[in-house]
Amino acid sequence: MELVFRFIVGGVVVSLFAVLGDVFKPKSFAGLFGAAPSVAIATLGLAVVAHGSAYASTESRSMVIGAVAFLIYALVCMWVMAKRPLPAALVCSAALVVWGAASFLGYFIVLR
Amino acid sequence: MQLKVELAALKKTRWYEFALRFLFGGAVTAATGLIASHFGPVVGGLFLAVPAIFPASATLIEKHETEKKRRVGITDKRRGRKAVALDARGAAMGCIGLGAFGCVVWQLIPALNAWLVLALALGVWLSLSIVIWRLSKFFRKRGAP
Repeated sequence: MELVFRFIVGGVVVSLFAVLGDVFKPKSFAGLFGAAPSVAIATLGLAVVAHGSAYASTESRSMVIGAVAFLIYALVCMWVMAKRPLPAALVCSAALVVWGAASFLGYFIVLR
Repeated sequence: MQLKVELAALKKTRWYEFALRFLFGGAVTAATGLIASHFGPVVGGLFLAVPAIFPASATLIEKHETEKKRRVGITDKRRGRKAVALDARGAAMGCIGLGAFGCVVWQLIPALNAWLVLALALGVWLSLSIVIWRLSKFFRKRGAP
């Protein structure tokens, strides 16, 4: 049941930020909403209720590393899309490997 | 280009595109909860900053821009790719705000009301992202010939 609730809350929050990204112009400003803390708001809100503030604080500390990895991911997507004639779906999906690698590198260096 | 709100842009998005983003967002949030419960909050927290719907959004942006150009007789797909690159540049700036969001929650949530801290962190993310975006516009203008 908790999983279904998580799914619905996450879907709604992420969709709201995505809609905000759709309506703003220029594109570079709309892009800010691509890095909105949508998953974080949904997850941390539920984490506070289920596990308490200390748990949410620990998750947030790791999130900072995830955000650095997201920054590297976004720069890779930007560079490849500007320089190479490749489709966005391929580039932005394949670059998730970069996010994963950067996140876990950060985890082993800083958090572990 | 001036900052503006274009509600008409929502009409270009089809129902299944809204549904796709809802499904991606829901799936990533549910998966993040599962990862945290299996591996603990330290590993689970990394996924709070996962580029959840970025690939789906980038694909839609490319598709909409390419369709817009095709309607006026331009079949070149470069414009669509450039729009995605600009969106990714914006996301990179937003990531600095996202990191600040994490820092605010990490430091303040053990001591203050959790909902107040989340609201404050959201405000920090938005204001910092806007300041960085404004600064980038300012420096690009100054650097332009």
